[in-house]
Amino acid sequence: MKVLVPVKRVIDYNVKARVKSDQSGVDLANVKMSMNPFCEIAVEEAIRLKEKGAVEEIIAVSIGPIQAQETIRTALAMGADRGILVQTDADPEPLEVAKLLKAVAEAESPSLILMGKQAIDGDNNAVGQMLSALLGWPQATFASKVEVAEATVRVTREVDGGLQVLELDLPAVVTADLRLNEPRYASLPNIMKAKKKTIDIKTVDDYGGAGAGHLKVLKVTEPAKRVAGVKLETAAELVTKLKTEAGVL
Amino acid sequence: MAVLVVADHDNASLKDNTHKTVTAALAVSGEVDVLVAGEGVAAAAAAAAQITGVRKVLTAESPALGRQIGEAVAGCVLALMPGYDAVLVPATSVGKNFAPRVAALLDVAPISEIQAVIDAETFVRPIYAGNALETVKSADAKKVITVRATAFKAAEEGGAAPIEAVDPGPGAPHTRFVSDEIVKSDRPELAAAKIVVSGGRAMGSAEEFHRVIEPLADKLGAAVGASRAAVDAGYAPNDYQVGQTGKVVAPQLYIAVGISGAIQHLAGMKDSKVIVAINKDADAPIFQVADYGLVADYKTAVPALMEALGAAGL
Repeated sequence: MKVLVPVKRVIDYNVKARVKSDQSGVDLANVKMSMNPFCEIAVEEAIRLKEKGAVEEIIAVSIGPIQAQETIRTALAMGADRGILVQTDADPEPLEVAKLLKAVAEAESPSLILMGKQAIDGDNNAVGQMLSALLGWPQATFASKVEVAEATVRVTREVDGGLQVLELDLPAVVTADLRLNEPRYASLPNIMKAKKKTIDIKTVDDYGGAGAGHLKVLKVTEPAKRVAGVKLETAAELVTKLKTEAGVL
Repeated sequence: MAVLVVADHDNASLKDNTHKTVTAALAVSGEVDVLVAGEGVAAAAAAAAQITGVRKVLTAESPALGRQIGEAVAGCVLALMPGYDAVLVPATSVGKNFAPRVAALLDVAPISEIQAVIDAETFVRPIYAGNALETVKSADAKKVITVRATAFKAAEEGGAAPIEAVDPGPGAPHTRFVSDEIVKSDRPELAAAKIVVSGGRAMGSAEEFHRVIEPLADKLGAAVGASRAAVDAGYAPNDYQVGQTGKVVAPQLYIAVGISGAIQHLAGMKDSKVIVAINKDADAPIFQVADYGLVADYKTAVPALMEALGAAGL
């Protein structure tokens, strides 16, 4: 079985995003970039499935600038087999990303697409669902457990208030939530080995081109800043403040 | 232009997120219908019909809709979209699951987790876990929007909209429901709770986390949360995690106990109305966002707080 894992290069999750003063976006100049944490979980899950013998090949695909090769290289160092970079300096909207991934999936014919539930930059939580809809494949989002059988996959999903277990016919799209696994760190020998693995560099036109944007970002602003409040001496004082001043008890 | 709201419910009853999403929808259009897609939803539909401002309530019922299977709900909504210019969906695990499918099949861009409506085409949504707000204008003829319900007031009740049944759609032929495990907890759900009590790495162990955080939460009728550091250390389960990679919460009152206030945690709770921090390190970043701070060891401060709450009749 072949698994396709889309990965996104985003601001490192430990870095605070800062809004540009002209309100045109978030300042990403000289900011540490990493693989989106949910994508990392998806890569890890694909590797675990391969280690169990359920999967033969893992293809990591990224849509982004040339530097996204580093993100693919990270996936290869973790244990993915080969990479595809669909190179673009535009920042395609989720719908365009889903269309490009659909074209990649049609070219590669994976049985399973495992991907993060959302990227921590745009926070759209949409590409997996849209990809599934465009392909006409079943979906299971927010996975906390994935069990692959011959023609089906059983997925435990994180839903509000608990868990839901679904069984999907393959091929299918599964998106990873936080509890699915803890991604490994790539070992030095594996980082060296990953340098020899192939990354095919493609263009958007190789996969049908990108459509026009549907959304126009008018501005990006900082949320209202919280002002540090008061430090109190006693718990009793705190309860009084919460009751009378804040009115939340 | 008419707008469809997809109700949040558990088949038996309607949830408050529906009322809040109706408020967002009324800011887009005066013609708001509510779809209750599920199985055995008569009571939930009757409740939706009472929401002030709702023009009519549609019900769609099938086993797949009863389990809220994404493909089934999306199919049902998609079939109704010729009659609507926008669909607004509460950004719950159900809404987030199906709404992007509707957008993809309509060939429009989904607009996720809006927290304000500027006009019928322009919306404000958080990006970078709320560290930035994006104002976006949609060029699409039809809009598919998920709504961060905590950002809107609940619409009131007092209406009497007509209820009509619609086609449940094609279901989900390649997806089968196996089981569900809904945690039976007397505590409110983390993402919807009015009060959240969260513990951090200072707890030092899972036992201490249970001993300290849970009784305080129960005294306040609060949900329990945790920082990523506490979760990574194994003191609390992962679904307690509040932060950029966990849940984003905006309760009336957030009490952070032994949490230093890493960026990634602040991203998940800084929209809370009132924040209380209890930390023995006076320089902890959590105090920069807290309305009220107690610089104290939680070991003495939490019991003192319990006592003070008791003395105040809580």
